[in-house]
Amino acid sequence: MAEASTREIYGKTLVELGRQNKDIIVLDADVSPSTMTNFFAREFPERFFNCGLQEQNMIGIAAGLAASGKTVFASTFAVFVVCRCFDQLRLCISQPNLNVKIVATHGGISVGEDGTSHQAIEDLALCCALPGFTVVVPADAIETAVAVRAAADTYGPFYIRLSRPKTPIIYPEGYHFTLGKAVTMKQGKDVTIMATGIMVAKALEAADILARQNIDCRVINIHTLKPLDEAAIVKAASETGAVVVAEEHLAQGGLGSRVAQILAKEKPVPMEFVNLGDRYAMSGKAEELLQRYGLTPTDIEELVKSAVKRK
Amino acid sequence: MVSHFELKCTTQPMPKRAFVRNASPSNKFNLSTAELKETAKMLRRHVITMIATAGSGHPGGSLSAADIITALYFRILRHDPENPQWSERDRFVLSKGHAAPILYAALAEAGYFPVAELATLRRLDSRLQGHTDRNLTPGVEMSAGSLGIGLSFAIGVALAARLDSKTYRTYALLSDGECEEGQTWEAALAAAQFNLDNLTAMVDCNGMQLSGWTRDIMNLEPLIRKWQAFGWHVIDIDGHDFDQILAAFLKADKMKGKPTVITARTIKGKGVSFMENNVVFHGKAPTREEAEKALKELG
Repeated sequence: MAEASTREIYGKTLVELGRQNKDIIVLDADVSPSTMTNFFAREFPERFFNCGLQEQNMIGIAAGLAASGKTVFASTFAVFVVCRCFDQLRLCISQPNLNVKIVATHGGISVGEDGTSHQAIEDLALCCALPGFTVVVPADAIETAVAVRAAADTYGPFYIRLSRPKTPIIYPEGYHFTLGKAVTMKQGKDVTIMATGIMVAKALEAADILARQNIDCRVINIHTLKPLDEAAIVKAASETGAVVVAEEHLAQGGLGSRVAQILAKEKPVPMEFVNLGDRYAMSGKAEELLQRYGLTPTDIEELVKSAVKRK
Repeated sequence: MVSHFELKCTTQPMPKRAFVRNASPSNKFNLSTAELKETAKMLRRHVITMIATAGSGHPGGSLSAADIITALYFRILRHDPENPQWSERDRFVLSKGHAAPILYAALAEAGYFPVAELATLRRLDSRLQGHTDRNLTPGVEMSAGSLGIGLSFAIGVALAARLDSKTYRTYALLSDGECEEGQTWEAALAAAQFNLDNLTAMVDCNGMQLSGWTRDIMNLEPLIRKWQAFGWHVIDIDGHDFDQILAAFLKADKMKGKPTVITARTIKGKGVSFMENNVVFHGKAPTREEAEKALKELG
């Protein structure tokens, strides 16, 4: 499968947006060669601010610019912009509902060798807890480009989580993206795998494996965690009778928690959860870590069987 | 429960000046020093009445900042109470959000909303929240209450002015206790790095914080040398002397190439004898008897 970097396409999309809209401002906390906001910095130096190693200050500056009519993209690694800046995200962006797009790279454990300090595994729970935030985890580079454009075109606070490694391309060019609308990647009648981010490609792999064992999986990409496409979730649960949720995140507060909350009320069905549980990871190659911490197609396969058995 | 109106917060009407809508860079009130003194006294009376009525709040830090805020709204800031979102307005960012009552008093007297509304402070559904809320109150630029974040916001506003070639000035009022927050110094570095000479910070140095004297809890001195070392133009003044306050703002306007900070030496609880330098009144409302006594002292 072809692969591409979500952060590289982010950097390129920012440049295109910058050409179209002079009110787009980009902030970074000294990691622009990694977040790839450096493309924008090169083309629009007067609209790019390197805030140095001051993530909290960067969020405040972003708020001030947004309050003055700018559309602000603020980027650094997910763990620093969310975990370190939660109070700033809360009082400077969420509460005043300002037009700031937090686009964080290096989400999840697929960051790899840098280890625990650099692996954001609680960012989705935290950002979903911020009223007014739209939270998006694109599944590939194609989806990243359209999600970033949608964020620029939609007023309000956004959190978009990208990855460090290149990820498989699962969408064709010209893919039509709608914020808040889940995408059915594959039809199926026995069970639904609901996945987000890099786990969508793994869910598709798992579905192929399971098809050979006569288990017909539906696969849904929930790229927008907030607002959640509740109708699509309830419909899939009703039609397939079992749900497995897969995400590169802690067990608490991410996609699994959010889907379970909806289904507990609207359509209780057997559920299983593919995630990191309640623990930090460690250094290692991305693929090694995904294997060690239970985020492979094989892990999904096992939990799908368990969910189907409980129907 | 104390009734706002029972306390008879007697106020003289604001001196009337000819307003020139959106035309002049100067402040539309343009009060004289003597008038500013009277106005500050009136705003202090509002603070006492509001907090006593609400039954909770932070009188000490509002009273220490009263003269600075009076000077800003009634002499320095280019603003239009009839048009709070006027694009050319000077921006005032209250970073020490617990001093919301003194800001509300100034905004009400300037005409942003009715003075009678001050009586609703901290009440359910009031536009006057316990700490400032950008979404609710006309004239309030930013939500605050978590200390150490206002100067960062002000940097963003000042950068936007530069990007849009606008001439408005951005002001941020910090407390000295707030300078214990690390983010304040992140912002101090950044404002100097970005050469923001269209930004004036003020530190309300009343020397006290919630649980005691700042020098005993987390000493900030020498504060002037710290700001200088971070690349700022520093003006140290008596924050209750209007001549010094006004002169400092004019000097800040003229400074080119770097941001200015005015370290205003003030007295917590200023104007009410039993609140002055009394840490108890950092975050405690006066009782009805105390409020009456305070109002008497404030004439």
